[in-house]
Amino acid sequence: MSAEEITQLAYLVPVALFVLGIKRLARVRTARTGNLILASGVLVAVVITLVEMGLVNYTWMVLGLAAGGTVGVITVLRASATSMPQVVARFNGFSGAAAALVGLALFWEEVVFPDAGEGAIGLMGAMAGLALAVSVVIGAATLSGSILAEAKLWGRLSRLTRVPGRGPLVVGASILTVVAMALSLSLVDVRHAALAILFLLLFSLAVGFFAVAPVGGADMPVMISLLNSVSGLAVAASGFAIGNTMLIMGGIIVGAAGLMLTQIMCVAMNRTLWSVFAGGLDEVASGEGDSYENVVGSDPEEAAMVLEAARNVVIVPGYGLAAARAQQPAADLADALAEQGVQVRFAIHPVAGRMPGHMNVVLAEANVPYDRLVEMERVNSDFPNVDLVIVVGANDVVNPAANQASGSPIAGMPILDVENARRVMVVKRSLSPGYAGIKNELFERDHCTMLFGDAKQVLEDLVREFRAGVPTP
Amino acid sequence: MTGTLILSIYVFVLAAFLGYELLTKVPPMLHTPLMSGANAMSGVVVIGALVLAGATSGAVATVFATLGVAFATANVVGGFMVTDRMLGSFTPGKKERS
Repeated sequence: MSAEEITQLAYLVPVALFVLGIKRLARVRTARTGNLILASGVLVAVVITLVEMGLVNYTWMVLGLAAGGTVGVITVLRASATSMPQVVARFNGFSGAAAALVGLALFWEEVVFPDAGEGAIGLMGAMAGLALAVSVVIGAATLSGSILAEAKLWGRLSRLTRVPGRGPLVVGASILTVVAMALSLSLVDVRHAALAILFLLLFSLAVGFFAVAPVGGADMPVMISLLNSVSGLAVAASGFAIGNTMLIMGGIIVGAAGLMLTQIMCVAMNRTLWSVFAGGLDEVASGEGDSYENVVGSDPEEAAMVLEAARNVVIVPGYGLAAARAQQPAADLADALAEQGVQVRFAIHPVAGRMPGHMNVVLAEANVPYDRLVEMERVNSDFPNVDLVIVVGANDVVNPAANQASGSPIAGMPILDVENARRVMVVKRSLSPGYAGIKNELFERDHCTMLFGDAKQVLEDLVREFRAGVPTP
Repeated sequence: MTGTLILSIYVFVLAAFLGYELLTKVPPMLHTPLMSGANAMSGVVVIGALVLAGATSGAVATVFATLGVAFATANVVGGFMVTDRMLGSFTPGKKERS
């Protein structure tokens, strides 16, 4: 058996670790060990590769490993729980960048440096050449898309959603990408081919940028999971280009996982992937001019009295909770209620927040035990038995318009039916519409009161008033 | 088409099914860790970059490959760390928390 065959066989170990790890990562009890198994899988793959390479010049490898390791550790140490979507977006971009760079390095190694008077297709074969170009394209598009997504998540560049003429821009950049791809693979003069692949890189970056530009706000969970998926595909393409089964398997498992999440997110919003990319929702239905009548405002003192009478409370967190960093007072409120023997739960809408599972991560950071969290499907039938719902920084996911006949841009979207509860309190900065840009009739209902203000401040006041009004245990 | 390529395509297609089958019915709570853990796993592209960084003959290819190693390593190290941190913050409840 040759050394290469042994290596190929040895790669079965990390592949098996990947399968075991992913399987465990998908179960609550085993998730943490699953993650460790995945990490050890990558480590084993690296060791096998180094052993197979034998003695080479390690300078550049060590430099890259040290620099990358440092950046990775610093990024994580500096991240807060509320910035998790940004961190996930950034790491997505990193794997895209790595795949694109592997493609470029391979191109210089196989085509440009030998200068054999032949094009990439002649030197590498059509399939490997194509895979190389695809890994550059998808990798670069993932990189620029993820950087833009991160910038949007930080709250910058939000006006980009209304860039005029972005459709033609995407189409134009895509056509140029295909042309550059064909040229870089077929040109015989290596200098021209090198130039073509650099243009390919540039156009791919543009495609990623223009594709993500219109996506924003509540569509972000779909975008983030899709970027996750394509970053896996980029890695699989690099695997095809360099003929490494390990990369193909690792990449495509990530691609499949991301695609599945994307699908879950789309279903949870009753939106197609296409409409997410088209950007925004129907302008026709924009409700910015809608005025509200019979809105009842309240204050924490009054709200605390309502709380004292409630025996069954559900808290509905939305992106506003994460944005205001109100997870700790929300957790304190739940603790204070539980101490009085009140049944208290957090109802999580699948697309609440800016990435899949965002609310779970944010609340976990505030030490909310996960058995206090309840999924939409399981809580909806129970709302008639709920004394009080406290909506914190959520809007569209509790808008009863979704349950009514068509005509509303969110019609058909599964929502939390909080209107069926006996009382509803909404903690919100103002009456401004959510991402869908439509009026929320919930706010006008007789059994709904509004607590205007910063979510963190309001909840802190509420906890204080509530604790002051009840006997301490 | 070469035999290796056909085998690679087999691997690709079967792994896609595997990835999909492994991940049906993931509880929503694990969506974020799953995404960030899977993404860290795609950092396995580091081995491709390592081979190129150790074996390339030209300066340009070495620079690209070294950058590739750096990005992929950051993704692997940071990605698994952040996933572990998230999973560590999930507490089951019921028993009294300190």
